[in-house]
Amino acid sequence: MSTTDQHHAAAETGQDKTPLPPAEPKPTADENTPWIIGFFFVAGLVGSLIFGWIIFPELLYSKKQQPISFNHAVHMDLVYDGCASCHYFRDDGSFSGLPDNSSCIDCHQVAMGVSEDEEKYVTEYVDQNREVPWLSHPRQPDCVFFSHAAHVKGAGMDCAECHGDVSKRTESRVYQENRLSGYSRDIWGYSISRLGKPAEGEPKTMKMNDCARCHQAETGHKGACFQCHK
Amino acid sequence: MKIDRRSFIALSIGASVGIHISPAPWKLMDDAAIWTQNWPWTPVPERGEVSYVRSVCTLCPGACGIMVRKVNNRAVRIEGMKNHPVSSGGICPLGLSGLQYLYGPARVKTPLKREGKRGEGKWKEIGWDEALSAVTGQLADLRANNNPQGVAWIAGSDRGTIPRLIDRFLSAYGSPNFIRPAGAADTLEQAVYLTQGQLGTVAYDLENTNFILSFGAGLLEGWGAPVRMLHLHGKRDKSRTIVQIEPRLSDTAAKADQWIGINPGTEGTLALGLAHVIIKESLYNMEFIENAATGFAGGADKDGQTRQGFRDMVIENYAPESVSRITGVPARTIEDLARRFARADKKVAIFGRGQGSLPGSMSDGLAVHALNALVGAIHQPGGVSVVSDPDFAKWPESSIDETASQGRQQPRIDGAGTDAFPYSRYLMTQLPEIINSASGDAPIKALMVSEANPLYTLPDTAAARKAFDRIPLIVNFSTFMDETAAYSDYILPNHSYLERLQDVPSPEGLPYTVIGLAKPAVKPLYDTRHIGDVVIEMAKTLGGFVADAFPWNDYESFLKDALADHWRQLNGKGFVEIRQPSSELAPYEFATASAKFEFLPSTGTDTGDDKLPAWPQSAPLPIEGDAQRFPLVLIPYDSMRLANRNIANAPFMTKIIDDTILKKQLVSVEVNPQTAGRLGIGEGDTAELSTPRGKAVVRVHLQEGIQPDLLSMPRGLGRWGFPDDWYINDKGVNFNDLIGPRPDPLSGLDTAWGIRAQLTRV
Repeated sequence: MSTTDQHHAAAETGQDKTPLPPAEPKPTADENTPWIIGFFFVAGLVGSLIFGWIIFPELLYSKKQQPISFNHAVHMDLVYDGCASCHYFRDDGSFSGLPDNSSCIDCHQVAMGVSEDEEKYVTEYVDQNREVPWLSHPRQPDCVFFSHAAHVKGAGMDCAECHGDVSKRTESRVYQENRLSGYSRDIWGYSISRLGKPAEGEPKTMKMNDCARCHQAETGHKGACFQCHK
Repeated sequence: MKIDRRSFIALSIGASVGIHISPAPWKLMDDAAIWTQNWPWTPVPERGEVSYVRSVCTLCPGACGIMVRKVNNRAVRIEGMKNHPVSSGGICPLGLSGLQYLYGPARVKTPLKREGKRGEGKWKEIGWDEALSAVTGQLADLRANNNPQGVAWIAGSDRGTIPRLIDRFLSAYGSPNFIRPAGAADTLEQAVYLTQGQLGTVAYDLENTNFILSFGAGLLEGWGAPVRMLHLHGKRDKSRTIVQIEPRLSDTAAKADQWIGINPGTEGTLALGLAHVIIKESLYNMEFIENAATGFAGGADKDGQTRQGFRDMVIENYAPESVSRITGVPARTIEDLARRFARADKKVAIFGRGQGSLPGSMSDGLAVHALNALVGAIHQPGGVSVVSDPDFAKWPESSIDETASQGRQQPRIDGAGTDAFPYSRYLMTQLPEIINSASGDAPIKALMVSEANPLYTLPDTAAARKAFDRIPLIVNFSTFMDETAAYSDYILPNHSYLERLQDVPSPEGLPYTVIGLAKPAVKPLYDTRHIGDVVIEMAKTLGGFVADAFPWNDYESFLKDALADHWRQLNGKGFVEIRQPSSELAPYEFATASAKFEFLPSTGTDTGDDKLPAWPQSAPLPIEGDAQRFPLVLIPYDSMRLANRNIANAPFMTKIIDDTILKKQLVSVEVNPQTAGRLGIGEGDTAELSTPRGKAVVRVHLQEGIQPDLLSMPRGLGRWGFPDDWYINDKGVNFNDLIGPRPDPLSGLDTAWGIRAQLTRV
């Protein structure tokens, strides 16, 4: 027989005999229960909150380095046409995105400076005729149609408005890759709750709601599904 | 403090509440959705620069303009070329599936030498140098033994510079045996030559006509230039009537204004029946008949013998009642149709069953052509015209040596152009019989095959295989492992059609000339070579006069030379359109001896022996088979969804074939419910189909749109030569396994439109 059952049995017997003034309640397991339950509830709550808010984001994203740490600031001083010197629009209006070796080898057929990364680029990629497998921060799934021309040429936006002030960076950022979806953490944003805004000079978040919010503010309409999902 | 069950429950509830007010589940849900979009087997085009290559589709003779969309060097889509004079931006399912030929599993990736027995599928990969020296070595030996005529070359077509280059090679080498498959255009070509004295391709001005009388032409089944025909239907209004004469309710028949279900093989008789009504009721074009025709009224010929005229012959033999008995078309229908046809403003009768790839009989071709003449639809807008082969590519003549000259003077192996069939140019369907019946060594010592698949397309494939077994050397230039490639000794793979440069002349039946340029859309994927380059290299290796005939380094320099002024426009725009008058001759002028249209052509003018007493025949040519043993008749049908020439269906095409045509591995035979009831078979039953030439297991599909006692089966299935392509290999039955050739007495071309058959339940 368990302790609880004995206690119940005793109480019942007492009631059946003489009515006694209520005894001082003894500290029993019963009276401990709310406290313990509360403790465990809070422990579970706090534990999962810590997991969900702190540990989970650390687990979800892996931290990768770009194959070459690229110094945008150095290059910006040398080119004439700003970002478009390397990230240009093709003749048909489509956006070239990340440059390939053909854009780079004009200068980097052999190493020009003393940077280790440049040396690595020349020996591992140019010499072996391989393209650099850059990790693209703003990459979107294939189901998303995004026109750079509409934003840059049409709306006259500056690259930095969405991508942050990349041109001042002297080295590549750590690429935090979502282990499940495979996309950069830039898309969702570094605040796991998606509260607040990225700091000045940091890239904007690029989920669908972010597109819609900006379109609502700038054009007065969130836009129709097929504008982006063709 | 005691830890019990409730503590754990509390912990779980706490954790559950906590996790739900943390971002984890919501973020995971979002990520999981994106994760599902990126499964590695989901096809996503690679990222990169998008570009288009203007080219021409050469998968069928339709010659549609295409735009190949590329991302980097990967072709990702084929679209129709806007404003193209043949296809006006349209494209057919075959053309759309083209990338599956480029990237498909049936490609031959490197030169191969046969190791096992023919057809066994054992190959050794060899280099180009070894392959070319082996082949040219054997060709050089044959030539050294004064037997260059022992070489034959089967090509898919004789139009364009690649076939002409091959013919030039054979000419310099010393063989007269350039062979290609023949179709309805060849029958018509001869009918036009006999009646009008003109050499050229018959063209129909269908866009400008009000009444199309189609003798079985599958306008929606891929006849002529298929996309042109789709546009013709798509842009159709009430001013154009289409009457389809066909034993089976095809797509064309279903979409026509009127479908006339005729007994199979009797189309020519019906044409003359219509002529009877037109003549009897004086509905014919008197101006044309009186001024521009001869042989209509009859009279004495040049030898002084009295010949019955076309008019009397038709009046005497082709009264609606007797035609009705042969064709099964009611006499009233014949009379009504004849009147409507003759009274239409612009009208044309067109010829060529299905896709027009079966020649048909000369008497049918002549009868349909005579019907056009009768209503004056020759050299008229909306009518028939003769387009001479476009003279757009020029290159210098070459001189040949004594060996080549002697070889060239030998009669052709297929019998074309000989005394027996003086007007035929190619008689490929005769080959198996000629080789199989030859005593001693096979008359062909070496066979070259390019862009053709004779072991699939020749009627009676078993006989064809037997004939091929007797040929000591078979060299194939096929891009794909197909039935004929599987039977070859060497395969020297050509680039696929999206990897090679070539000019593409107008499709058959087009009343103006369009030259297209097929340009390589992607770099060659495998160790293949352009057949033009290979021919030039073979010639150079053979040396002497053969090498002298090929002063070019490669095919591209040859083509640039040959196209001269056209090259620039072709290279930029992709096509050149030449809208010349439909004929160099005036509307009522003809190149015959009489300078008139000859209703009853005399083939004896040159040779002295008259070969035409049998034309026009009052009864259609009989088909093969004993009516007792084989009480039913099997006819083929063509479909836009089934490639039935040298190439097999692409997976996309096979996907869109109805279950009523192909279910799993079984092809359906269409049977009239009445016939099926008598045979005791029902929808979906498995049955054995037998003909005098072969047997096959088929599925039964009941279909009201086919006449009783008639069976119909699609062409294009039953491929066995594509072991790596499970989308098409071993599906259904090849119609050519079940039918044999029936040479026309006048042309030697294959006239078989069907064969007697029996269907029994298994």
